[in-house]
Amino acid sequence: MNPDHILSVRDLKTRFLMDEGTAKAVDGVSFDVSPGQVVGIVGESGCGKSVTIKSILGIVQKPGEVVGGEILFRQRGNGAAAAEMVDLAKLDGRGKEMRAIRGSDIALIPQEPMAALSPVHTIGNQLVEAVRLHQDVSKRRAEELAIERMTEVGVPNPAERMSMYSWELSGGLRQRVMIAMALSCSPRLLIADEPTTAIDVTTQAQVLRLLRGLQQNHGMAIIFITHDLGVIAQVADYVVVMYLGRVMETGPVDDIFHNPQHPYTRALLESIPSVHALSREPLPTIEGSIPHPFNRPAGCPFAPRCVAAMPGKCDRRTPKPTQLNGGQSVSCFLHNDAAEED
Amino acid sequence: MPVDEPPETKQTLLEVNGLSKYFPIKKGVLRKILGQVRAVDDVSFAIYEGETLGLVGESGCGKTTTARCIMRAMDPTAGEIMFRKASGDMVDIAALPEREMRPLRREIQMIFQDPYGSLNPRMNILDILGESLLVIGGMTDREERSERVAELLRLVGLRPEYMQRFPHAFSGGQRQRIVIARALALNPRLVVADEPVSALDVSVQAQVLNLMLKLQQELNLTYLFVAHDLSVVKHICDRVVVMYVGKIVEVAPTQALYEKPKHPYTAALMSAVPVADPRQRAAMTPLEGDVPSPANPPSGCYFHPRCPYAVDICSQQQPALEEGAPGHFVRCHRAAELSLSGIGDLDRPQTVASASSSDAGVGPIG
Amino acid sequence: MSVELQPEAEISAVAKPDSLDKADAVSVASNWKLVWWRFRKHRLAMVSGVVLILIATIAAFPGFFSTQAPHESDSKGSFMPPQGIHFWDDGPAFFVNATKGARNPRTLRMEWVLDEGETIPLRLFGRGYEWKALGLFPTRLHLVAVANPDTDKPIHLLGTDRLGRDQWSRLVHGTQVSLSIGLLAVFLSTVIGIALGGISGYFGGLADMVIQRVVELLQSIPPIPIWLALSAALPRSWSVTTTYLAITGILALITWTSLAREVRGRFLALREEDFVVAAKLSGCSQMRIVFRHMVPTMNSHIIAAVTLAIPVMIINETFLSFLGLGLRPPAISWGVLLQEAQNLQSVALAPWLLLPGLAVIITVLALNILGDGLRDAADPYH
Ligand SMILES: Nc1ncnc2c1ncn2[C@@H]1O[C@H](COP(=O)(O)OP(=O)(O)OP(=O)(O)O)[C@@H](O)[C@H]1O
Ligand SMILES: Nc1ncnc2c1ncn2[C@@H]1O[C@H](COP(=O)(O)OP(=O)(O)OP(=O)(O)O)[C@@H](O)[C@H]1O
Ligand code: SF4
Ligand SMILES: [Mg+2]
Ligand SMILES: [Mg+2]
Repeated sequence: MNPDHILSVRDLKTRFLMDEGTAKAVDGVSFDVSPGQVVGIVGESGCGKSVTIKSILGIVQKPGEVVGGEILFRQRGNGAAAAEMVDLAKLDGRGKEMRAIRGSDIALIPQEPMAALSPVHTIGNQLVEAVRLHQDVSKRRAEELAIERMTEVGVPNPAERMSMYSWELSGGLRQRVMIAMALSCSPRLLIADEPTTAIDVTTQAQVLRLLRGLQQNHGMAIIFITHDLGVIAQVADYVVVMYLGRVMETGPVDDIFHNPQHPYTRALLESIPSVHALSREPLPTIEGSIPHPFNRPAGCPFAPRCVAAMPGKCDRRTPKPTQLNGGQSVSCFLHNDAAEED
Repeated sequence: MPVDEPPETKQTLLEVNGLSKYFPIKKGVLRKILGQVRAVDDVSFAIYEGETLGLVGESGCGKTTTARCIMRAMDPTAGEIMFRKASGDMVDIAALPEREMRPLRREIQMIFQDPYGSLNPRMNILDILGESLLVIGGMTDREERSERVAELLRLVGLRPEYMQRFPHAFSGGQRQRIVIARALALNPRLVVADEPVSALDVSVQAQVLNLMLKLQQELNLTYLFVAHDLSVVKHICDRVVVMYVGKIVEVAPTQALYEKPKHPYTAALMSAVPVADPRQRAAMTPLEGDVPSPANPPSGCYFHPRCPYAVDICSQQQPALEEGAPGHFVRCHRAAELSLSGIGDLDRPQTVASASSSDAGVGPIG
Repeated sequence: MSVELQPEAEISAVAKPDSLDKADAVSVASNWKLVWWRFRKHRLAMVSGVVLILIATIAAFPGFFSTQAPHESDSKGSFMPPQGIHFWDDGPAFFVNATKGARNPRTLRMEWVLDEGETIPLRLFGRGYEWKALGLFPTRLHLVAVANPDTDKPIHLLGTDRLGRDQWSRLVHGTQVSLSIGLLAVFLSTVIGIALGGISGYFGGLADMVIQRVVELLQSIPPIPIWLALSAALPRSWSVTTTYLAITGILALITWTSLAREVRGRFLALREEDFVVAAKLSGCSQMRIVFRHMVPTMNSHIIAAVTLAIPVMIINETFLSFLGLGLRPPAISWGVLLQEAQNLQSVALAPWLLLPGLAVIITVLALNILGDGLRDAADPYH
C-alpha cells in the first residue's frame, strides 16, 4: 500500500445471495483515499455505492457478504508503520476491533438522518453520549463539547437545541446534528452517504459548504457518495465513477469533468441538462435502462448501452482498470485490451 | 411550441386567480381546528396554449398542492381556475362538482413524480392505459382499446407487446413512459407534470425529458411543469413561476429569469445550484436558515429573515407582486433597486422558443 | 449517442434464453401469482397449510374419522387408556391390542391395561355406526373401523373419559365445533370490520370520528371480563345451537375492532396513493375506485390479517368453554373437552384427556405460521 494513502480498497467484491439469484452488488472495486482528500463516489441508483461503504464499515447485512478483496486502512499510528495497517475486510464486522475503528477512526453520516437519530432521546443526550463514548470526560465537560460541536456545524442557539428532539428540527438542522455526531470522535475518515439527497438546494449548499470547511479545518479525509454530478463537481478532489457494481473510471475531479475517458462518464455528463446549455434541444441520452442486478450483462457491464461497444469483445470479457498518464484510470477496451480473468 | 406567433393569437389555456389551499391543523379527540397550513396562498398565473410553464421552489412551498388543485384532485379553499375548453368557452373548474368535472378530465391530465406509486400494481398495462379510454372515452370494445393502447405505447417508445405485463416488470424510466402514455390516452390539451423526472436516474432523466419535448411538438401540448431542479426547468420551460412558502415571488420568461432574476430568493436559489463543473466552484454565500413553515410564516415579506437585502419595511409590510419589466413579475420591496445576478449564459445564442416567449410580455393575472 | 427515441432494447441480448422465459413469465404474472410464488418459498407455512387442510377435512367430516358416536357412553368403561394402532406384527398388519380391566381392590376403581395377547384387527374404510355426511347423507363408512363388525370389543384410539366416551371421536367432533366457531366469528368480525373500517377510511369526516371513538371505547374495555359477563348472561336453558351462535356473536363483537383498524389504516394510506389519485383523474367513479383499485390492493393483506385472527378466536372459545362459560355439554368443543381435564385427579389418572390441548396448540401454531407466511407474501413489491 502506498504510504500516502489512508484507505486503499482493492478488488472489493460484495454479493447478495438470495433465492432469486446472486446480486453482485460490488464486483471488483478499487480506489484509494489520501489523508485530507475528498473522494467522491458517483453513480446511478443501485450501482453499489452504499454497499461499497457498508463493506468498508463492516456493516453489510445478510444475505450480503464481502467475498473478496482487501480494504487496507491505516490506523492512528503509535507503533511501527507496518503495525498500523489493518485489512478491514478480514475483521469481524461486529467484533471489538472493528467497532473501535468505526467509533474513532471512521465515522458515517447516513443518508436519512431521521432514521439515524433516536426519536425518544433529546439531541443533547445523544450528542453527549457520543462524546463520552470516545473521550473520558465528565458529563458537564461532554455537554460543553457537544455545544461546541453544534456551534461548529452551525446550529443556531445550540444550548437551546440540546433539549430538543430530532423530529422538532428541520431537515437541514438534523443533518447538521448528524455531522456534529460524526465529528465527536474526531475521525480521520468521514464517510457521507448521500448526505444532501433528502434536503433542499439552499440547505444542500449550506451543508456542502460546511463539510468543505470542516474538512479543511480538521484535515480529515472524506468519502462523499452521491448520484448528483453537480454536487460531485463542487466538493470532490478525486472522483470514482461506478456502474453496476464496477468502477468505470477514477481520476482527479478536473479530468473527470473536462477530459472524461470512459464512454459511460462521457454519456452521463452529456445527458444532464445544464443551465448553460441551449434550451429545448433534445439532450443526448444513454439508450435503454440499467439492467436488473440478477440480469447482469456479460463482459463490460455498460456494453449493452454503450455507443462505442465493440461486439465480440465488450460483451464477452470484462475490461481491467488501466492507469492513464494523467492520474486517471479507466476500465474500457478502448484504452487497453487487458481483461479480467474469470 | 409557440414559434414566431404574434402575441394576439396566444390564447390563455388556463388562468388561475387568487388560488388558495389551506389545510386545517386539527388536534385532540374532537379534532378541534387549531390553525391552518397555508400551503397555497393567493396564487395567480396564466398558462398559454402550447407553452411550458415551470413551477419551481423548495420542498413544501406548495407546488404539488397547486398542481393538484388545478387537477381537482383536491378542492381549493378559494380562488378561480378558468380553463378554456376545446369549444373555446372558459369554465371555472375550481367549483365544478366532480360529475361535471369528469368530461373535462379528458382535456387535463397529470404525470406523477413517483413512477412506482402511480401505477396500480394489480393491473396490467392494457388495463391501466385503457381505463380512461373506457371510463371517459366510452371505448367499451376491448379490441379497440388494445389498439389504442398499442398506439400509445409506441408513441412513448415502448413495445406494444408489453401491454400484457404488470408494472413490476418495468424500470423506473419505463414506468414513467407508461404514466406519460396514460396521460395522453384521451388527447389532452393541458398536461400537469408534477416533478416527472425527479425520481429518475440521470441517464434516464434525459430520455424522459426528450420524450416530453417531442410529444409537445407532435401533439401540440401545453405543460405545467413542476420541478425543483433549476437546470431541468431551464431546459424545458418557456416561462417560470417561482414559489416560496405558498406564494409566488417571481414570474418571468425563462431566459430573463435566469439571466437577471429580480427577487433575492430566486437569485439565492440559482446560486445554490451545484454546477457540474469543478472549475466553477461557487464562491457563493449560501442562504442562512431554513424555509419557514407555511403554518406559521414570518411577518411582512416571507423571505425577510433569510434575505441578505432586507430592510426595515420588509419585516413590516408584505410586498405585492408587481410587473417590473414586461412579463416579469416580482414580489419584493427592493426589486427595482437591486441588481442581482443569475446563471444564464449571456454569450450563448437564445433559442427560438425562449426568445419568442420572452418577447411576448405575458404574465400573471392580478 | 443517439437522440432519437427508439423502443427500449430487449432485455439485454446477452441474457440466457431460459432466464428470458422466466423474466417474461414474471412480467405478465398477476398479483395473485406473485403472492403464490412468494408463499411457496416459505417452507414452514406450506407445511402448516397442509396440516390445516388435514384438520379442516377432519372438521368437515368428523363422523368419517370417528370410531364411535361421540355421545355414546359406557359406565363400565371409564378412563380406558389409548390403544395405539400397530402396523407391524411379523409382517404388515393393522390392529390394536384389546384392553382388559381389573378392579383395584383398594381403591375399588377399574384399572385398565392393554392386553398384549389379544388383538382386534382393523381395516381402512370399514363399516361402523351410522352418521350423516354434512348432516344430510347417512352412511356407515369410516376411515378406521373394526375389521369384523360383529365383534363387541370397542376400540378407543385415544382412550375414554370419565363417562367412558371415546376421546378420539369426541376430539374429532370438537375440532368441527371449535374450528367452525373460529371461522364464523372471524367471518362476522371481518364483515363488520371491513364495512365500518372501509366507511371510516374512505369517507372520513364525521362517520370516521364516530366509528373511531366506538372502536377506541371497545378496545379500552378489557375483553376477558366482558366475555365473562356476556357469556355468563346467556340463559342456561338455551339450546346448543343457540348458545353456539351466541358465543360466536360475542367473540365477533369484540374482535372486529382490530380488523376495522387495519382496514381503515389501509384505506387511509391507499387514498393518498398516487395510483388512486390517478384513477380519479382518469374519470373513475368512487365505486370503481373502491372496488377496482382499492379493494384488490388490500385483499391479500386482509386475508393475512383474517388468518391471524382465527387462532385468537379459537383460543378465546377454548378459554371460555374451559371456564364453563362458553359452550356447555352436551356440545363438544376443545374447550369443553379440556374441561374434563380440569381436576388434578383425572389428569394423573388419565393424562390422555389433555390431548385436546395438543390439538389446540397444533392448530393455533399452524394458523399463525400460515398467516405470517401470507403476510410476508402479500406484498411482493416490497
Ligand atoms: N439488503 C439487500 N438485499 C439484497 N440486495 C441488496 C441489498 N442491498 C443492496 N442490494 C443490491 O446491491 C445493489 C447495490 O445497492 P446499493 O444500495 O449499494 O446501491 P446505491 O448505489 O447505493 O444506490 P442508491 O443511489 O439507490 O442508494 C442493488 O442493486 C441491490 O441489488
Ligand atoms: N394533505 C395535507 N394535509 C396537511 N398539510 C399538507 C397536506 N398536503 C400538503 N400539506 C402541506 O402543504 C405544504 C405544501 O405542500 P406541497 O406538497 O404542495 O409542497 P411541494 O412544493 O410540492 O413540496 P415537495 O417539493 O416536497 O413536493 C407543505 O408544508 C405540506 O406540509
Ligand atoms: S422584500 Fe425585502 S426581504 Fe423580501 S426579498 Fe425583497 S428585499 Fe428581501
Ligand atoms: Mg445508496
Ligand atoms: Mg411536491
